[in-house]
Amino acid sequence: MVHKLNYLKETPSQTAGPYVHIGLAPGAAGFGIYDQELGWDIAGPNATGERIRVEGLVMDGTGSPVKDVMLETWQANAAGVYAHPEHPGETEDGFRGWGRVITDFDSGEWGFDTVKPGAMMGRNGQMMAPHINLWIVARGINIGLNTRIYFSDEETANAADPVISLIEWERRRQTLIATRSEQDGKVVYRFDINLQGQDETVFFDI
Amino acid sequence: MPKPGEFYQRDRNWQPPALVPDYKTSVARSPKYSLISLENSASEITGPVFGHDDIDAIDNDLILNFAQDGQAPIGERIIVHGRVLDENARPVPNTLVEIWQANAGGRYRHKKDTYLAPVDPNFGGCGRTLTDDDGYYFFRTIKPGAYPWRNWVNNWRPAHIHVSVFGTGFAQRLITQLYFEGDPLIAKCPIVNTVPDPEAIQQLVALLDMNASIPLDTIAYKFDIVLRGRRSTLFENRLEGN
Repeated sequence: MVHKLNYLKETPSQTAGPYVHIGLAPGAAGFGIYDQELGWDIAGPNATGERIRVEGLVMDGTGSPVKDVMLETWQANAAGVYAHPEHPGETEDGFRGWGRVITDFDSGEWGFDTVKPGAMMGRNGQMMAPHINLWIVARGINIGLNTRIYFSDEETANAADPVISLIEWERRRQTLIATRSEQDGKVVYRFDINLQGQDETVFFDI
Repeated sequence: MPKPGEFYQRDRNWQPPALVPDYKTSVARSPKYSLISLENSASEITGPVFGHDDIDAIDNDLILNFAQDGQAPIGERIIVHGRVLDENARPVPNTLVEIWQANAGGRYRHKKDTYLAPVDPNFGGCGRTLTDDDGYYFFRTIKPGAYPWRNWVNNWRPAHIHVSVFGTGFAQRLITQLYFEGDPLIAKCPIVNTVPDPEAIQQLVALLDMNASIPLDTIAYKFDIVLRGRRSTLFENRLEGN
């Protein structure tokens, strides 16, 4: 053969297993080892915008909570800018926009505090509604699952969002919308994730 | 600075499928509907950035990072080293690599692990580092032991180290496992065999690297990690060539 492409192949994924916390959140595994664990503070103290909390459960195909799941979040700030050197714009000092979220081992409930991200430009000049990107790993998940959290109080923006609009089945679009409520004066969004079933969450191949 | 490029599509026939019935836990945890394919936007081509302020120098030395003064964990002293590259064979510098593993007896330091092998008082089992300008990384640790797990009645995990890598965009995020050359348990493992292509499985097997070993001290294994490659530029949302 004359022509060779010489691309490498991506390393295959393997499940994070049940003990992912040892590596990525050792405090939760039951021991302190690092001076600072990464991913606990998503927005930092200086970020502007609305402070919110997002909570939920990850459910398996039997309707049982997945208690050993780990989620990572990736979001823009309130102005719709990612804390990334090649992305135009500035983010507040201390805003990383990335977080690690683990569950309560007994209930499977998880939650994180952040600021609500802003809308941003998507492909082809179409604005994307505010959203938080999620990456989900656990025992039994062979390759991390990608999805997005959108917000129930952004109806107009959600209706015009080019990613939500890609989903052919309108009733499945609802699986990406977190429900807003106020609890003790704090804004809390509920976002349950179903790995299977009639209400299976939409997952993306990004 | 040009905008970062989009990623090559992930080869889903090379990567493990969600459902592999021989790995029983995947049955109730695998989505049944198709993934929705998404062309990259800023949300996928950007990702978190880490620096030396985030970690400590000792974090990549699992022989020392949890040991009591003057003591060391039990087990075979090893170096695991290699490069993080992308599919274009370019190094991925300054990216965070995190590992975790069982001790030499196959026991994890985790409150949910109840295997009868003992916890090693001098071994935590986790480490992290940033790749250098050439994408190079290394860890010093002890070789983990095999251990039984509940799948079939008599399943044993081959000795392995869990590896987490970031890259430069959220779409490159990857967790995998490193196995050791020559381990007969690799071929028998339902988790290894979630990867359909035998050639792909070989990419998960670290090679004995005598030249990188330290005589009379520590033996070395080499493990290169490949993340998704980027197209070189993205200009006004139109893809230019490579």
